[in-house]
Amino acid sequence: MAVEQPAYTATTPAGDQTRIHDIGYRGYDGPRLGRAYARRSLYSQSLRGAYGLGRSVKSKVLPMLLFAVMCVPAAIMVAVAVATKAHELPVSYTRYAIIMQAVISLYVASQAPQAVSRDLRFKTVPLYFSRPIETADYVRAKFAALASALFVLTGAPLLVMYAGALLSKMGFAHQTKEFAQGLVAVALLSLLFAGIGLVIAAFTPRRGFGIAAVIAVLTISYGAVSTLQAIADTQGNSGAVPWIGLFSPVTLIDGVQSAFLGGSSAFPGGTGPSGGEGAVYVLFVLGLTAACYGVLIRRYRKVGL
Amino acid sequence: MYDPTVARLTYRALLGRRRALILGALPLLLIVLSVAVRALTGADDQTAADVLGGFALATMVPIIGVIAGTGAIGPEIDDGSVVYLLSKPLKRPTIILTKLIVAIAVTMVFSAVPTLIAGLILNGNGQQIAVAYTVAALVSSIAYSALFLLLGTVSRHAVVFGLVYALVWEALFGSLVPGARTLSVQQWSLAVAHKMAGGDLVTSEVGLPTATVLLVAVTVLATWYAGQKLRSLTLAGEE
Repeated sequence: MAVEQPAYTATTPAGDQTRIHDIGYRGYDGPRLGRAYARRSLYSQSLRGAYGLGRSVKSKVLPMLLFAVMCVPAAIMVAVAVATKAHELPVSYTRYAIIMQAVISLYVASQAPQAVSRDLRFKTVPLYFSRPIETADYVRAKFAALASALFVLTGAPLLVMYAGALLSKMGFAHQTKEFAQGLVAVALLSLLFAGIGLVIAAFTPRRGFGIAAVIAVLTISYGAVSTLQAIADTQGNSGAVPWIGLFSPVTLIDGVQSAFLGGSSAFPGGTGPSGGEGAVYVLFVLGLTAACYGVLIRRYRKVGL
Repeated sequence: MYDPTVARLTYRALLGRRRALILGALPLLLIVLSVAVRALTGADDQTAADVLGGFALATMVPIIGVIAGTGAIGPEIDDGSVVYLLSKPLKRPTIILTKLIVAIAVTMVFSAVPTLIAGLILNGNGQQIAVAYTVAALVSSIAYSALFLLLGTVSRHAVVFGLVYALVWEALFGSLVPGARTLSVQQWSLAVAHKMAGGDLVTSEVGLPTATVLLVAVTVLATWYAGQKLRSLTLAGEE
């Protein structure tokens, strides 16, 4: 070795003198796809993962089952409406998600921990950040993926209803308008639920605990709020009903769509929030979503190291 | 049949660090809710029965039962650390029974005690409503814990299936299909509560003898089968 050394250094260019070993591997000189590509991949992988695509059969069962449970009642309603030649669907587009809220909550509860808890539990998050993505990219990709998955879950039955309504020749303009309003409502719902689910899941990495915590927050808050609303309504205190509704995600969405998106309210007494109160509802929904995003960014700033 | 070391470890798994705070949040919400209701309406027997029946017994007890029942064994099976427990010279049914006792104790403390307090706040135990619902919460704690402990040994998605049972079967199907109500822990415990309260405020779909037999049968069978399941447990990786 000592003999060959001078000859070797003589042939290599001056810039390579700091090298300790050159065991002959080729360096990578192809195109670097960069940060945006990594973010897109993380998004698409998370979105596929939310339905168990590209994962084992066992993990496909639950999301696909919940998806089917979401769509089947819509299909049955369409079939009934077509058979009886009705002029209106039995359930409006905006009401559907409120009726099926238990299924949506279960989906969020099962898939939000799926999206973030495993990375935290097995401490793989630092591996993501060794790629050219930043904290904000990771959070944005996961948030967008879960929101998109929820939008698919809640939007698909609306699409079934819309297609059925058009096939049975209900009024095109009227149905399209209501369908669009329904889509806006479920888009808001998807963003809000995804944010809440991800925040809770990111703080409870233990398996099982995250699921229970998400479902507890979503259903218990709804249970508590609707109990209080019912009591306030029977006590003749109807003015308080919309204000109580601000404290649970489901009633928030219900309030927004009954104020601005032509939905009928499921609040006791059937009186949704008025225009001014509706504006507060919209502010609350947007504010909560933004707050969830901010909390997630804060959470991952510490985790990455 | 009861092993103090296993019990201590299970208590720590269930209540250690911040977990007791999460479990405590639900009962706290119930008490806050009942204070708010009392302030809004004053003491009213019907309202008290509605809040305790609709919120405490129908939502809070099953969710705490799911957390405590599956949490007593699920995470251990999941991360594989249960092999250290199983390799000790302990009978598997002993492990299950000890974990069941701990799960029941935790569920009772976090569901029955707040139910009693909420009942006292709501109407000062008028017509025995607070006591009746507390007994119902105690009884259903036992059945839920046994049922969800079994789920924890059977399935990796025990929490989801437990919640599906508690929320979809008991709440949704129970209100649509009358037959489903006969097969519901909530209705069985309500039958016991009905006997306690005596009035018409607490009603159940099933008679007391049927309810008692079913409660005992479900608890015993679930515990026995969980013990059997743990004897032939296979560990699996993530997913």
